[in-house]
Amino acid sequence: MNIIVCLKQVPDTETQIKVASDSKSIVTDDVKWVMNPYDEFGVEEALRLKEKFGGEVTVVGLGPKRVTESIRTALAMGADKGILISDDALEGSDSLAVAKALAAAIKELEYDLIFTGQRGVDDDLGIVGAACAELLGIPQMSIIVKVEVAEDGKTVKVTRPVEGENLVIESSLPALITTQKGLNEPRYASLPGIMKAKKKPLEEKTLSDLGLDAAGFGEGGRKMKIVELTPPPARAAGKIVEGETPQEKAAELAKLLHDEAKVI
Amino acid sequence: MADKKIFAGGEFLITDVAPDDVFTPEDFTDEHKMIYETGSDFVEKEIAPVIDKLEEKDPDLVLELLGKAGELGLLGTDIQEENGGLGLDKVSTTIVAEVMGPAGSFSVVYSAHTGIGTLPIVYFGNEEQKAKYLPKLASGEWCGAYCLTESGSGSDALNARTKAVLSEDGKYYILNGEKMFITNAGWASSFIVYAKVDGEDFTGFIVEKDFPGVSTGKEETKMGVHGSSTRPVVLEDAKIPVENVLFEIGKGHKIAFNILNIGRWKLGASCVGGCKGCVAEAVKYANGRTQFKVPISSFGMIKTKLTDMAVRTYMSESMMYRLAGMFDDKLALLDAEAKKSGAENAKAIEEYAAECSISKVYGSETLDFCVDEYVQILGGYGFCAEYPAERYYRDSRINRIWEGTNEINRMLVPGTMMKRAMQGRLNLLQAAQAVAGDLMTYSPLSVELPDTPLALQEHIIKMSKKLALMVAGVTAQKFGANLAREQEVLAKIADIVIEIFAMESGLLRTLKIISKDGEEKAKYQIAAVKVYVDEMIPRIESWAKQIVSYVEEGDMLRTQLAGVKKLARYQPIDAVTLKREIADRIIDLESYPF
Ligand SMILES: Cc1cc2nc3c(=O)[nH]c(=O)nc-3n(C[C@H](O)[C@H](O)[C@H](O)COP(=O)(O)OP(=O)(O)OC[C@H]3O[C@@H](n4cnc5c(N)ncnc54)[C@H](O)[C@@H]3O)c2cc1C
Ligand SMILES: Cc1cc2nc3c(=O)[nH]c(=O)nc-3n(C[C@H](O)[C@H](O)[C@H](O)COP(=O)(O)OP(=O)(O)OC[C@H]3O[C@@H](n4cnc5c(N)ncnc54)[C@H](O)[C@@H]3O)c2cc1C
Repeated sequence: MNIIVCLKQVPDTETQIKVASDSKSIVTDDVKWVMNPYDEFGVEEALRLKEKFGGEVTVVGLGPKRVTESIRTALAMGADKGILISDDALEGSDSLAVAKALAAAIKELEYDLIFTGQRGVDDDLGIVGAACAELLGIPQMSIIVKVEVAEDGKTVKVTRPVEGENLVIESSLPALITTQKGLNEPRYASLPGIMKAKKKPLEEKTLSDLGLDAAGFGEGGRKMKIVELTPPPARAAGKIVEGETPQEKAAELAKLLHDEAKVI
Repeated sequence: MADKKIFAGGEFLITDVAPDDVFTPEDFTDEHKMIYETGSDFVEKEIAPVIDKLEEKDPDLVLELLGKAGELGLLGTDIQEENGGLGLDKVSTTIVAEVMGPAGSFSVVYSAHTGIGTLPIVYFGNEEQKAKYLPKLASGEWCGAYCLTESGSGSDALNARTKAVLSEDGKYYILNGEKMFITNAGWASSFIVYAKVDGEDFTGFIVEKDFPGVSTGKEETKMGVHGSSTRPVVLEDAKIPVENVLFEIGKGHKIAFNILNIGRWKLGASCVGGCKGCVAEAVKYANGRTQFKVPISSFGMIKTKLTDMAVRTYMSESMMYRLAGMFDDKLALLDAEAKKSGAENAKAIEEYAAECSISKVYGSETLDFCVDEYVQILGGYGFCAEYPAERYYRDSRINRIWEGTNEINRMLVPGTMMKRAMQGRLNLLQAAQAVAGDLMTYSPLSVELPDTPLALQEHIIKMSKKLALMVAGVTAQKFGANLAREQEVLAKIADIVIEIFAMESGLLRTLKIISKDGEEKAKYQIAAVKVYVDEMIPRIESWAKQIVSYVEEGDMLRTQLAGVKKLARYQPIDAVTLKREIADRIIDLESYPF
């Protein structure tokens, strides 16, 4: 069973995000870049399936050179090969353009399953997985917490939580699955794994290597424009309800909820 | 870095060192970075959630965590591949030691296991011993311990009373004696034990917990590191097979001293991890705590504390990785045959014995400084066990005592260097004489500094080296063979040398960052070097004056004091503003800023 995991590099969730002066991007100076946590679930699930069915796990990343660090981490966890799609023309691309480039790279590979995160923890858009499946013409199952591949390796049964219930979907392969928290507990990159990763193949591809025209990518190719980024409003200080008796306090609280918070 | 210069031990004091000659964390390879991540993740996800539970000394929990660390390869960086380890470079070992630093008592379990509990076999075991014991120690299936100290011999470790006698059939050594303060004793499966064969020849033995006559005594009640086990190990007619003699009969001191060298630098690295933890925790608290209607991190005195903690940590971190790089460079010179010989490896490491002592003292005292300020920043809450500061404060204290007390290590700094000078391995005397000559013609007023960011600091560190050589020279001349009795003076010489190594490590690292990323990117590191040097130069001058005031008198004293003044001539800078800038950066990032 050959499995592909798409990998995005995102700011560590511990990083303090600051909006840049153009109000359309973030300040990246102090950002620590890590593998998108949802992609870690994808790598882990792919490795577990490989352990059961054999085959190869290929990690496909897209972005600047620094993304190789995250691809190496996936290789250190146990993936077999890495591909980095890197091209100056990609700078500023939207989700659809990213999906096009990923799909072009994936088309050249043999695969039974593709994992992407259900979203990147940076933009929270959740588009790439679906767009990629569409471009490849294969079924897509999103926000999945359980993956069971049939013994014969021909079909997959997945579980998706819906409003406290579970939706179970079955699909033929190849297919694309977007991962949700709860799917698994990703393994660490062990030190032996890290040393082995050093020798694993990591290929770099430009848009022209993939037969793509740079014109459709980057800022110019965006179908979706970022109008403005604003930080969430600072949380106002809490208020302690004053009053002599519980009755007085309750009355005051009701008044505040009605007049100020306007919820009742 | 093709032409990296290899330095002799202590040579930094008598030569100029270039930024490209030192290794810094900015030189980490992708693999180093990943090892750092894996180690930090392990501590964050496996240790942090059980850090309070660990204080209860539950052997099952400790051994389970040790096993997990083993699975990830965290126990095997120094163990050869053929024996179940990874045989990585010393930078990797330093990284793992550092990231384990904030792991509380587990870091003690870990350090004793991978260090003193394992390395004697790595470096001095024969092939059979390595094949038998190292895979178990690398995987964490077995926990290791090390038994040197006795109730009557602590600092004077070679003066052990434990005795070994060959059995009549010649198959066993029969050991009798009691070892004291043995880390991991409560859950260790193997012990490196030192005993004197026939009461004469100091020798190492590999002792298994289940060998007849081996037992452990009562747990000590300690000030800190409560989650580590510390017990006496009792040997009562203990039967140790002759195959378990480690290295050679009568050569135990070689094992002991070499293992101590490594332990000292690794302890320094582990302290760096602790320091970084203090800075991060303290600034988070200070940002969240409001008094007088503002966060306490907005107060100048709190800013000073945060900056001082971070700046010293930067020097300490720079020092530990510099030393790791020195080991790696030196070890790379060994030929294929020597690379395989543990004793040859240990010998290469021994080259930097003085630097190891420096790291031990500087690392442990920097951590003690940081935990103290960490508690202070938390006010009353720092004193209460609900916050981790209280544990940090107690746990830190042992580091100034074990692996050779800081007094013993202070003696070793000048002691080792002087010994090297006598052996002709270090041109200390010539260098000291040259300084005496230079002093006649040197005029600090005519010094013209280039217009580079840290030119003043480079210059004054160079002068500090001359100052160190000058005071060491006059002291050695005066006391000759009786020098060792002059501990008060030697300790001050040690302090000067330690601070020089610290300042220079931070300086060289910063110069390297400047040349790689430019001045703007190195802004805070530059500020760190400036404020640290600004604080240390007056101290160094004062130590030097105290030394010559004891050693010399009359006209000679006046001449020497004038010499000290000349060499230490330095115009203070506006450190307040720089420290505020560093503090604001720490407050903004809410973490260690370098
Ligand atoms: C928690 C804990 C764990 C330990 N783990 C281990 C272990 O796993 N294995 C092991 O073998 N040992 C271990 N030790 C022992 C430790 O290494 C010793 O405590 C240490 O070497 C100091 O010896 P001592 O306690 O006998 O103090 P002493 O040697 O009695 O020292 C007392 C004081 O005198 C000073 N002093 C001694 N000699 C001199 C001198 N020549 N000049 C100036 N000052 C001097 C010392 O610096 C110190 O301040 C551990 C100790 C503790 C507390
Ligand atoms: C064991 C114990 C017993 C105690 N007993 C009593 C008792 O019997 N009765 C009682 O009333 N209280 C008692 N206290 C409280 C004690 O007096 C307070 O802890 C102390 O006043 C510090 O206040 P805090 O802990 O809130 O720290 P904070 O005021 O939050 O201080 C935190 C840090 O900020 C610094 N800081 C605060 N303000 C400024 C400023 N303006 N400029 C510069 N730095 C500043 C402090 O110096 C400290 O380093 C006790 C505390 C302890 C731990």
